[in-house]
Amino acid sequence: MILRRLTSIALLLALAGNAFAGVLPDDRTDLLYHLYDGGGVEIDGPSVLVRKKVGKSVSLVGNYYVDMISSASIDVVTTASPYTEERTQWSLGADYLHGNTTMSVNYVSSVESDYDASTYSFSVSQDMFGDLTTLTLSYALGDDIVRRSDDPAFMRDLDKQNYSIGITQILTKNLIAQLNFETLTEEGFLNNPYRSVRYADSGSALGYSFEPELYPNTRTSNAVGMRARYFLPYRAAVEGEYRYFIDTWDIESHTGSLSYIHPWRDLTFTGKFRYHSQTGAHFYSDLFSRSEATNFRGRDKEISALTSYTFMLQAAYEFLSDDGNDWGFIKKAKVTGSLNLLHIDYDEFSDLRALEPIGSEPLYKLDADIFQIFFTFWY
Amino acid sequence: MNKRSTGRICLTLFVLLGLSACGPIEPWVKPYERDRLADPIMALDGDAVSVSYIQHVYEAREGARGGEGGAGGGCGCN
Repeated sequence: MILRRLTSIALLLALAGNAFAGVLPDDRTDLLYHLYDGGGVEIDGPSVLVRKKVGKSVSLVGNYYVDMISSASIDVVTTASPYTEERTQWSLGADYLHGNTTMSVNYVSSVESDYDASTYSFSVSQDMFGDLTTLTLSYALGDDIVRRSDDPAFMRDLDKQNYSIGITQILTKNLIAQLNFETLTEEGFLNNPYRSVRYADSGSALGYSFEPELYPNTRTSNAVGMRARYFLPYRAAVEGEYRYFIDTWDIESHTGSLSYIHPWRDLTFTGKFRYHSQTGAHFYSDLFSRSEATNFRGRDKEISALTSYTFMLQAAYEFLSDDGNDWGFIKKAKVTGSLNLLHIDYDEFSDLRALEPIGSEPLYKLDADIFQIFFTFWY
Repeated sequence: MNKRSTGRICLTLFVLLGLSACGPIEPWVKPYERDRLADPIMALDGDAVSVSYIQHVYEAREGARGGEGGAGGGCGCN
């Protein structure tokens, strides 16, 4: 039960290609292999996305995605046993173009041995002001079921609702910008059924013991994101992006990134640096003073105060150009490889593997390599 | 930012949408001036399959989510 937040993915897949509503997305197929390796966790698998127009007004899209997970993360090593798991996700969507309006529907299903998720999304995009502005309104409904692999009787619901508004604006002949607001409400079983919190226990040899975590059963978050991409005087582009996030658990974050895109002959190189900093949830503690010390308690490092840094390098090679080739119905093709180097510093999450006395444990740090390679065919 | 402020933003955007039908606004970037914006290097999310994957990784490793948009690339001017 590692990767469970699907709602925004459903929105992304529903909206992908619709920044400008008056045009349907291109017909294309992507064949992707992904690998995440870091912190004792290895996740890899394929992702296949197929998009095809039907007539002049409808575009259909389907995606099949697999995560094969092998986990001996710090959470698993300190409180449980390493495990392997597989998550399979598929989605189907359709875009309908009428004048300057595009309506999109999408359905995403994700299945794991202990977690099922279904997400339904709908969006409307409208071109305005001579196609300089595109306004997009979106709604997504998530219906999840949480289980435990060691307890067949355990089953909890989690409902999600996602509201999103986005504006894409052409500002000058060299500059395009985007502004997004997103509200996500969740109600139900929000904590991880396997994870534990640590509390001081003088009766234990280590000086502490563990008990199951307990989260609030509601969470509402708001995010505003903005970005702009500028075409440089020579053929290259830069993009800046910023996001502010806040939620009812008192997690507040700032995320920023800067990208540079440089084409050279049939190659396109992209470099990106991303920075993210967040505060911890109000019920998070690395060490509680006693058992059941507070009404809600959590020790998930993802909801603790942290700072993450990512360096990304990407290269794409267009090996088939759209200038008359003999590949039949395929007009254009490219292969893209990317490597993200992710580093996370946790401000309040101790590395218990050191077995140091309470208070002198080192803080945990995570390093992960994220690799993608994908082939894209346009037809 | 709460639900009320999100509602105000929605209302403003709907009013803008309505105003757009009242009269033509002269586009300050003409269609024939959008060749640079139509360049693939200007696509905001050119490869949805890759962008959704990496967003997924961040949402699993960090406490924040959303606000990054799902709108995809190009400028609709080709």
